[in-house]
This record gives sequence, C-alpha cells and structure tokens, in this order.
Amino acid sequence: MLSRVANTMYWMNRYIERAENYARFMDVNFNLALESPSDSTEQWKPLVVITGDWPLYESLYEKVDKKQVIFFLGFDPENPNSIYNCITKARENARAIRPEITKEVWEQINSIYFFVKEGLEKKRWKTGDPRYFFKKIREDCQLLYGILDSTISRNEGWHFGKIGQLLERADKTSRVIDVKYYILLTSTEAVGTPLDLMQWAALLKSVSAFDMYRKKYGKLTALNISEFLILDKTFPRSMLCCLIHAEQSLYAITGNSGGFTNSAEKQLGKLKAELEFADIEDIFNSGLHEYIDGFQQRLNAISMHFYDSFFTTQINQMQQ
Amino acid sequence: MSKIDFSNYETKGFYDEMFAADNEVRPSYALFRKRLEKLSRNKLEFLQHATDRAQLSLGMTFNVYSDNQGVERILHLDIIPRIVSGEDWEVLAKGLEQRIIALNMFIDDIYNDQKALKDKIIPKELVFSSAGYLKECVGLKPPQNVWSHISGTDLIRDGKGNFNVLEDNLRCPSGVSYMLENREILKRTFPELFEKLHVRPVHDYSHYLRDMLESLTQESPASIAVLTPGIYNSAYFEHAYLAQQMGAELVEGKDLVVKNNFVYMITTKGLQKVDVIYRRVDDEFLDPLTFNKDSLLGTPGLFGAYLKGNVVLVNAPGAGVADDKAVYAYIPRLIKYYLGEEALVKNIKTYICAEEQDLKYVVENIAKLVVKQTDGSGGYGMLIGPRATKKEIEEFSLKVKNNPRNYIAQPMINLSRVPTMTDDTIEGRHVDLRPYVLYGKNVKIIPGALTRVALTKGSLVVNSSQGGGSKDTWVLDNK
Repeated sequence: MLSRVANTMYWMNRYIERAENYARFMDVNFNLALESPSDSTEQWKPLVVITGDWPLYESLYEKVDKKQVIFFLGFDPENPNSIYNCITKARENARAIRPEITKEVWEQINSIYFFVKEGLEKKRWKTGDPRYFFKKIREDCQLLYGILDSTISRNEGWHFGKIGQLLERADKTSRVIDVKYYILLTSTEAVGTPLDLMQWAALLKSVSAFDMYRKKYGKLTALNISEFLILDKTFPRSMLCCLIHAEQSLYAITGNSGGFTNSAEKQLGKLKAELEFADIEDIFNSGLHEYIDGFQQRLNAISMHFYDSFFTTQINQMQQ
Repeated sequence: MSKIDFSNYETKGFYDEMFAADNEVRPSYALFRKRLEKLSRNKLEFLQHATDRAQLSLGMTFNVYSDNQGVERILHLDIIPRIVSGEDWEVLAKGLEQRIIALNMFIDDIYNDQKALKDKIIPKELVFSSAGYLKECVGLKPPQNVWSHISGTDLIRDGKGNFNVLEDNLRCPSGVSYMLENREILKRTFPELFEKLHVRPVHDYSHYLRDMLESLTQESPASIAVLTPGIYNSAYFEHAYLAQQMGAELVEGKDLVVKNNFVYMITTKGLQKVDVIYRRVDDEFLDPLTFNKDSLLGTPGLFGAYLKGNVVLVNAPGAGVADDKAVYAYIPRLIKYYLGEEALVKNIKTYICAEEQDLKYVVENIAKLVVKQTDGSGGYGMLIGPRATKKEIEEFSLKVKNNPRNYIAQPMINLSRVPTMTDDTIEGRHVDLRPYVLYGKNVKIIPGALTRVALTKGSLVVNSSQGGGSKDTWVLDNK
C-alpha cells in the first residue's frame, strides 16, 4: 500500500473518531447543564479543556457560554478540530484515497459532510436545542464504522484506519478522565450527593460507558470508574482495550506475532504491557493526573513512531 | 396535472436532434417521446432532482479554477438524453478510427522521419511552433508506435445535420467518467427505455482501458498506476474513478521515485516497481528535471526512465503537437497523405492566421468568424464574432495581428440542439459530442460519448467551466 494512502487512511479514521467523540461530549454536556445549578463557565469550560484547544478558545473569544462553546467545538472554521473541520478533512482524505475505499464508505462520509456543512450554513448552534444535530452526527459516524467494518477487506488500509481510530479513542478517553479527575479524587468511596451522582454518570456517558459499567460494577465509585475507563480489557473505549486492538492491527500489518520489528511496535507494545500490569490503587497513589499526562505523552510518541516506520519511508529509502 | 407536451417546441433555424421540420419526431427519438409524454411535469422535475442528488452523493464534483478552492460544483446532468442512431454512429466510428490512425502516424513521423515536412504537406514552422511540440521526444519510439492511446474528439453537427470534427484532444481528454456515471444514473431514471430501445452499453470501457494499458508492457502481471495532480484538480473525480474501476493504483507525483531509471511507488513495505502510468498530468509538469523545473506535480527522473523504455507513459509526451488548432486545419490532407483516403468525418473550414492570405481574410471578416487561440482550451481565449461587442472585436483583431501564429478562425457553426429541461419548460439547447477512442494493438471506440450542452439560452459554449452541462448519450443498435 502506498505510504501516503496508509497515512491518509489513518487520519481519515482519526478525524471521524474525533468528530464522533465531540458530538457525544456535547450531547452529554448539554444534558448535564440543564440540571446543574453551577454557572455556564463552570459547565462548559471543561469541555473545551478536554479537547486540548482551550488556549485557542481563549485567544478567540472573551467569554465562555453554551452557544459559544457549541459553536467553537461543533462548527468553528477557525478551530482546526471542530466537528465541521474534522468532517471536512475526513472527506478530503476519503477523496484522496477514493480507490481504496468502497462506494458505500465514500457516500456515507460525503453525506455526513453535507449535513455538517448545512449545519454551519443554517447556524444550528443558535437553535435552542442542538442535541438532535449532535445525535445525528454521532449516529452517522457509528453507521460509518459499521460500513467500514462490513465492506472493506481486512487489508493494510483497514488496519491503518483502525489504528488511527483506536489511538484517537484512547486519547479522548484519557482526556475525559483527566479533566474530571478532581471529581474522581474527592473520594474513593461511593459518592452520596445527587449532584455528584449526576456528574459521575455524565462522565461515563460521555464515553458511552454508563451501561457497561453498571453491568460490571453496579455502584458508582471513583476507583471503579477509573479502573473501568483505564484498565478494562474488554470495554471498547477503555484506554487499555484500545491499545490491545491497536497492537493486533499493527501485528496484522507487519505480519509479526510478538516482540517488535520496528519502533512503533516496540513503543505501543510497551505501553500496552504497562497498562496490563497496572493496579488502579497504585495509579491513584502515584497521582492520577500525572499518570494520565504520562500516558498522553507516550501516545503522541507512538504516533511519531508510526510516521517513521510507515509513512515516511521515502526519506529512509532515498538515503539507502 | 399537466403532461409533457412538445407541440410548442421550437426548432426553427437549427438542426434539432429530436425533431425534424414541422415537429415531426425523428425515428431514434420516437419511443422516448412517447414515454416522456406520459409523464407529468412534476414527475419529470422529480427525476431531475433525484439526478442532482445522485451526482452529489457520488462525489461527481469539480473545482473551477477561478473559484476559491473548496467551492465544488457538479456538472449538471440534464436527464433528456442525446440519442444517436446506429447508422450515424457507424459512419462516425469509421471516421474516428481513420482519424486517430492518421494522427498517430503524423506524430510518429514528426518525431522521427519528418516525411510530411519534407513533402511539404504541412509547413515546418507551424509544426515546430506548436505549443505541444517537445524537442525532447525527437527519435522516440513508443510501444506499438502509438502516441495518443486515449483520445477524445469533439464533434459538432451543423445546420444541415452533418457531423464535423471541431477539435482533437490527444493529450489528457477528460469527461469519460461522466459518460460512464451519467449512464448509471439515467438507467435509474428511465429503466424501461433501455430495454426497449437497445441502447448500446458503455460500462466495459474501463476493462478495455485496462487491457489497452496492459498491452503496452511485457511485464506480467503489469503494475499500472494513474497519475493525478491531486484532489484540487478539476478532473480529480475522474482520475480516482478510473483508477478504482480499473483496479489501478492512484498516485501523485510525490508517491513515485525514480532509481536507476526505473519508477517505483513508495509503499508501506518499501518500493514497488511501476510499469505503465496513465498520467493525467500535463507534459510540462511531468518531470522537473526535463521540463518545468518548478513543478511539484511530477517526479524527478520520470522522463529519463521513459526514454530508457523502463516505464510506459500514456499518452506519450509530445502527442499534443497534433492537437494544436492550426495543425488541425491540415489533418484532412494528412489523412490523405498517410492513408490515401478522404477524411470520412469532415473538418470545419479553418483559416490559419499564420498564413498571409488567411490572416487578411480573418481581419476583414472577423465580425462573422469564431477566432480561437491555437493552444487554448476550456472555451477560454476565443472570440465569437457575431456575438461580440465592437470593443471586443477591436481588441481581438489587435491580438491576432500581433501574434498571428497563435490564432485560427472558423465560420460560426450553429451547433445542433437537443430538448433540455429549463426551469419551467423544455427548450432546445446547443450540444457537442465527445466520443472516446482507445488505441493500443488496435483501435477501440466505445459506443457512447459525453454530450456537452450549453445550458444558457442561445449560448454556443458548452464547456463545463463556462456554464455547460452534460447529457447521457445513447447510441442505438444498428438494426
């Protein structure tokens, strides 16, 4: 597979995953805000912080309110990571690798694009309740995952796409935990007040984890929620689970079955193994924030190793 | 609900493809008319809207160069087809085959023996000053001696209904993807008509294209790539479409690297050799080492690898020498010279401004002529005398006098018309016809074409960049 195509496949999937996450974040936060007494800065600022684009937000806008944040994360052409921009870039990526994907995949991405573009043109953030808009984006992205899974051969391209999706997902889950960690740190025991409960439930819902968490643990506790989102081996949005599947896709690409043959494999495998053998109490004791921060840095490093190992072979080969 | 009714349809003054004089329907359109007259206006509009939506969802969009990047348009597809009878097609196909064979002999001659120049069939200066002439190609012998493997010839039908060649496109003619996708869409619009009318299929084009490309190399299996300038090119949809339909790799210049005069794709598993490149990048941008050194679209060393015979470029660089608009005027004579035959499909009378007598005539009669730049395309750089203002005519006359080699002139031809949907009715609009010709071991002409239609009332400019749309073209069985 062309290196450029592999890279594009990787990014196309990352952008879609990012857009889907943002759409979910906003839906959940909108719900939460409806019932929260706190002021709107307190409700909406953390959402921007989760995405890592707070500095950009601050430089563009003076105040934090619902509409402004929804515009910024959903539609803002100035924000390179807004849903609008993610979908636009995903579609450009899809166009650039049109012969590698199926007609069904292309048509679905194209249709999401026209929906988001219309949203920008019709100023959907100004409507009283934009939830239906974000719900549709989330559903359309999920439909796209289904189409990708059911129409594309498990070839290199599919696996590169999968890795892009999983690394993005692991990153977003880790950010959600990090931003909400002050709630988590209030107590490792079960929480009492109705407000706390609502916050906790929202945290789980923002990564679609509420139902599966309930099934496994029942009671909401900080320790268990953290364990579920960081270390669970089977929940598809937990950080560890994302790494396990990313590694499987990587092995499928290289044909390797253990150990490593390049630096991407080495770094990914190491990080995965560390999570596999981690204990949630140790993580709490050593500092949850520090732990997550380290995780994100390692994840970024893994992305760089992907570049070196697969996407920039041009330079390596020219130097041979 | 009002039904479709042709009783007020205007045909005066032009050749209409559907109706003869007195609104008598031509045989090729008889069934179609019956079908259409059973439809309500609303239903027809619904079918037209479904077509627009289908085009958007397929991504059949293009960027217009003068627009900002990101402004996408669809090439409007009018659902009323252009129908070509089997008899007409048979004549055309023979003429196109004759023409492409002669044109290739001419290109090969120019870069090798130059017999036609020595025999003074065409002036040397005219050939060497053609924008498409590449001195780098002198002495070159492409596989099977074919230079223009993929061509699209623009034909028009004059007031009397005779087909004429308007121009040859021997470099990178585009539009074939529209021929194919328009058909897929129209099959959904008028399914029952296809069965009854015996419309000849076009869907096998991509198979023939692949076979032709494979026939140009000894390598088996052949590694084939389509080279595109990238997603901002106005024909990108087509590049991606053809690569996908053929199962070829779609590459950009930066995906390729030349080592020891062989061409390789840069893949996740290292370098992989390429044998045949269907390139949709213009000659001058192909290789910064040989041509435009600022080109970022090409690949350094590509032309060198081609000269060594290690990769096949399709079409061959330099083929454009023969689709210069001044060279065009000599093609009937070249057909006679190389094949000893009269041209089966005629040229339009063309005045070559580089020749003194013709220049005099053009300057004196410019108000009734169509004047074109010899290396122009896309409907740019031309003057339609009868439709131009005094000022435009004066400005153009000056340009022609200052640089006669750059211009030719032709009488204004009233292109034929086909009924076309407008906002509230159906009216005749002017069309041309671009069939596609493949030439490898032999000539293959797909029974179909892109019909371009000037959507603006009265307009003769069918180019997509200037308000043109398209129609599906139905070639009927010759029975």
